[in-house]
Order: sequence, then structure tokens, then C-alpha cells
Amino acid sequence: MARPFQLSDPVRARQLADAIAILAPPTPVKIVHVCGTHEMAITQHGLRRFLPENVEILEGPGCPVCVTPTADIDAVVQIAEAGAIVCTFGDMTRVPGTRLTLEQTRSKGCDIRVVLSIAEAVHIARETDREVVFFAVGFETTTPMTAAVLLDDPPSNFSVLVSHKKIPEAMAVLLNLPGTNIQGYLAPGHVSTILGLAPYAKQLDTFKIPIVVGGFEPLDILYAIALILRQIRDGVGFVENAFPRAVSDEGNLAAQILIETVFESTEVHWRGIGAIPDSGYRLRDEFTQFDARQRFQIEGETGDEHIPGCRCADVLTARATPADCPLFGTRCTPLSPVGPCMVGSEGACSIWFRYGGRELP
Amino acid sequence: MTQNNDRISPLHGAGGAMMGQLLAEHVLPHFVSSQVGRINLSDMDDGATIALPSAGELVMTTDSHVVKPIFFPGGDIGKLAAAGTLNDLAVMGARPLALSLAVIIEEDFIISDVDRIVKSFADTLIGSETPLICGDTKVMGRGEIDGIAINTTGLGIADPAIGDAGAVAGDVVIVTGSMGDHGMALMAAREEFHLETELISDVASIWPMIRTILPVGGIHAMKDPTRGGLAAALNEMASKSKTTIELNQPAIPIRPEVQGLSDMLGISPLEVANEGKAVLIVSPAVADQILEMLRKHPLGHDAEIIGHVGGEYPGRVVLTTDVGGRRFLDMPLGDPVPRIC
Repeated sequence: MARPFQLSDPVRARQLADAIAILAPPTPVKIVHVCGTHEMAITQHGLRRFLPENVEILEGPGCPVCVTPTADIDAVVQIAEAGAIVCTFGDMTRVPGTRLTLEQTRSKGCDIRVVLSIAEAVHIARETDREVVFFAVGFETTTPMTAAVLLDDPPSNFSVLVSHKKIPEAMAVLLNLPGTNIQGYLAPGHVSTILGLAPYAKQLDTFKIPIVVGGFEPLDILYAIALILRQIRDGVGFVENAFPRAVSDEGNLAAQILIETVFESTEVHWRGIGAIPDSGYRLRDEFTQFDARQRFQIEGETGDEHIPGCRCADVLTARATPADCPLFGTRCTPLSPVGPCMVGSEGACSIWFRYGGRELP
Repeated sequence: MTQNNDRISPLHGAGGAMMGQLLAEHVLPHFVSSQVGRINLSDMDDGATIALPSAGELVMTTDSHVVKPIFFPGGDIGKLAAAGTLNDLAVMGARPLALSLAVIIEEDFIISDVDRIVKSFADTLIGSETPLICGDTKVMGRGEIDGIAINTTGLGIADPAIGDAGAVAGDVVIVTGSMGDHGMALMAAREEFHLETELISDVASIWPMIRTILPVGGIHAMKDPTRGGLAAALNEMASKSKTTIELNQPAIPIRPEVQGLSDMLGISPLEVANEGKAVLIVSPAVADQILEMLRKHPLGHDAEIIGHVGGEYPGRVVLTTDVGGRRFLDMPLGDPVPRIC
């Protein structure tokens, strides 16, 4: 059966692996990416097999589901218990809140629906008189969609609980945390199609480490890693685009304007990292009528996120691999997850468990 | 409540005249040729009879079916139930002797839909020359069941039956066609996704294809990769035989539209159901012959050799990826959920 052309040609992959071996220094190198889709591609395609032993690539805070704080889950549970229809992405339903996950809230009889986009949530709102709340999580890829919907005259029974986050700010904070020891970033291709390259430079210029935007096909990723290693070899550190077929320098200006029109930056809490200034969004004053926190009078209080024995905080900050956690694959599996990195299907632990992780045959 | 003649009422399951009428008008006409033993479906007795075969082993299987949506691209719950049970028999190497059909219907269900479902069940049996010999109908109140649920039991005869534990090192792994079609077609058909695709389910009885290869022999293990897809089927086969199944990803047939939807939703086509396919583990001596015979049958046109059996990691499935990486392909965990971005 004929397959569409894919950037997964094994001969070229081998050539890139040879280049990587030549470019890599003899000392240990830690490269971090911040995207569940990158981890999925790396693990699913078995790409770590193409890297020299001293070059390691880890997922940082790349799973929007995993970094969503307990307080936000609690808020949504409270809204669902108040009788609203809550619409959210599939993974979110399994993340533990202080009392309940959304899945458990649903089995108590609350109306929680899995949608693929905010547009579906609006569609549901138009068909009912009940309150419909969209739980808006995600990085810069999903934020413009939320903005576009709020600018498009949504029905009055529709509101959003904003939990959107900004990736470049988190990348900068990670470098300042003790023990992260990151030598290079593989920056996320799809976030970069929106942002362009400037926000990385703005947040990360002072650190002088390589930041290379990469796509998601096997050859895209190996190529980006080769460019990171070339910068390390040359002793330089700047923002470089290894995914020009999708990412332009300036990004998607229309999407940036949408975000700017509807949201303003604010300090938000990241599970595993803590509060980061200007790393999230709140609705501008003109849009507060769509703010579910106000409509349902939610007080934001961060619950206890410490789980005994769980190393999610270290995994989310690239200070540990999933396999370093004593609970990984024993007490903590996707069927009965202990920490959020095992819940979200973009979470490093979940991906390693499902696709074999570092354990290379 | 007003009586609506187009819909199922509780009386249709009450065993009286209403039920007799439902069966006579909407069920039995689809099974006119159901004759196998001395007492048949049309006799409406308490049971039916089958003359004992003179050789071989009797194989019995049962399956309950619920599916959403009930009518999906490429089939419906009736075809799914018939094919599912016939296929369970087929991958045991069993010629189907007879099936049962038990239906539980929600009050207010549209009667013409019952007709459609029963007809497609019957048509699937006819294609595999299998009679229906007994059945049952119950009605539950509104909200007590979601539309319709079907249970079928199948009896078949095999000489001998083929299990799923017989893989030995050196064997060859064959699939009879493209993987993931049913699961992805249903995913696309779920209304909340609002997707427009040309995907159709592969639901079909594979007995007419399987029977052509049984005389060749050398089939050490066989399964139909339904729920959990190819990944679940092969993990079970590897684990029961304590062998390693080595898969070559580029050789696994996957339709471009299935791959596309799979990439979009973040759900692997190797982990979702097939309803008209088999995976076979065969002796290398007969692999090419079996592959060729499968490909001659319309249902096996896309059959491929996708790997072999080794022994390096007993009980595990190892995948050599398109790009040349290697990883374990493990047992899927449960119902896959689409990812965010």
C-alpha cells in the first residue's frame, strides 16, 4: 500500500545520526525540549537510538495538561458541580485536583464533555440554555483560538476558564533553577508558527545557549539536534530556525493580534515549577463577561500539589527522566497515575510508559 | 402516552402477540434459509438442534455488542455482531455451524431501524453460509439502555482448532490487510468531532477468506485484532507463546487517510480495532503461499508479511520504526483519548 511521503527516510536519518556523532562534544550534553509532541515523536520513532550515549534529550514543562495547577482543576470541578456544562480536552478529565478529577466529577452526575476545540464548546452553548464553560488550557497554539471565539460574539451562556500559558517565559525560568544544567533547547515548532522567533530571543538572549526551533517529523528533530550541537561545538548560543517550512521569523501576526486584543499577561502558577511572572494570561477588562471565574465566583487558591515519592516536579523541570522516579511503572502507570506527568498523554512519564521510553531494544 | 406503531414498545418484549408480530414481520423474514438440524429457527421451539459432526472439535464463542453510532460508515451493529462472532470462529480455524441472536432494545427505538440491523446481520450470515438457529428479544425502558445491544453466540467446527499461543521462533507474521480502519472510521463518525472523511469501517466476515488457506496448514496462531488493535493481539500472542514478535513498521499496511486522522488525533492506528482482518503467525515454509492465497481474495488484497518471531525479549513485541529506530510496542492501556495539540 502506497504511503504518503514522510520525513522519516531511514537513509537520511542515518546520515544525520553520523553528523550528530561528529558534532557532539565528548562531554555529557543535556538538550531539553518543551513539547509533548516532540517527546511523542522522539519516543515513538525510537530516535534516542540515533544519539551518542553522552547526548541526552529530555522533556521539560511541555505538557499543558501536566503543568495545569490543582487550583484550576478545582475551579472547574466547582463549576461543574454548580450545574454548568464543562467542555474540555480529553486528557484534562483525568488530572487529579484536590478532591476530584473531572472524570470522577462526571461519574457523580455532572455534565463534563470532551471536545476537540473551543468551537465545539460554542456549538454546544448555542444548542442549550444552560451555562457552558470551556476549560481553556494549552500554550500559544490554542490561545489564539480562544481569543478568536471570544471576538466572534459567543452566546451569553458561554464563558471560559482561562488557563493558557506562555512557553518562552517558562524556558527562561527553567535555566535559573538549580540543577537543571541545560545546554540547549529544542524549541517547539507549532508554538513557534504563532510566536515567530523574537519571544525566544527576548526571554533567553542573556543565557547564550542554543535555541533551535524544530518540526515534528523524525528528520526535522534529528536536524534540529544537529544544529544545537553545532552551536555548542562553536561556543555560540542564539535562536535558529530548523523548521522554516512552517515557522517564519515574525510568526503568525494575525494570531498574535488576536491574543493581544483579548488577553493581557499575568503571573500564573505552573504545577511543578511554581509561580512565573507574565507566563500566563487573563482576559482584558472588555472581555470579563466571558470569565468563568467571575461568573461562578471562583476564588483562586492553590491546593497542595506535593505527592509523596512522585518526581513529576523534577520531570517537568528536566531534572529527572521518568525512569529516575521510583514510582514510574510500579505504583504509577497510566491506568492508575500518581502524578500529572503520567496522566496527560503528552506527559513524559505517560509517553515513556506507553512507548518504551529509554528502554531500547 | 400515544401508541406509535413505528417504534418499539415494552409490549414488543413481553412474549405475547405484539412480540410475535415483531418477530414475524421484522426478524424471521430475514432468515428464511436458516435450516441446519431437525428443529430450526422457524419452528420457534424452546431451542434448536444441530446434528453432531463426525470429527473435529466443537468451538463455541460469544460476544456482546454495543457501538456508537449504531449505524456507522461501512456497517452497523448488526453486521458488526455477525462478523465479530463469525471472525472469532474463523481465527480459531472453525467453520461456522450456527449462530444465536439475542437483542435488547430500548423502548421507542425505531422499528425500521430494527429491520435494517437484523437484515444486515442476516446478510452477513448468508455471505458465510451460516444459519441463525435461535434468538431472543427483550425491551427495556427509555434510558435503561442506550438504543440497542446485541449478543451472539457462535458454534463452529475445527479440525483441529487453532489457538493464539502457538508462535515459535522463526515463524512469519502476516496481516490480511490495512490496520486501524474500523477504529478510526468510528472515531471520525463520532458527532462531537465534526469530521468529514471518506473513511469506512472494514467490518466483514473473514471466514470466506480464511477457509481458503486452512488446507495449506502451517498456521501456528491466529487472532482477529479487534479492540486494542494489532498491538493488543500481538502482545497477547507473544506473551502466551513466550516469544518475541519483531515487527517492521514500514511493512504494516495503513491507509493514508487512517494515518492522517491518527496523526491528527494522536491515536495510533496499531491500537484501534479492526473488524475484518486477521493476524496470522505461520511457518516460514508456507508464508509465501499463504500470502499469495490471501491476496487473491478480495478481503485479503492488501495482505502483507509484517514481521517475524524471535526470542530475544520473551513476551514482548518490538517495532523497528519507519525511520530505523527501535522500540517496544506494548499492550494498549484502554480507550484512547485524542490529544490537545
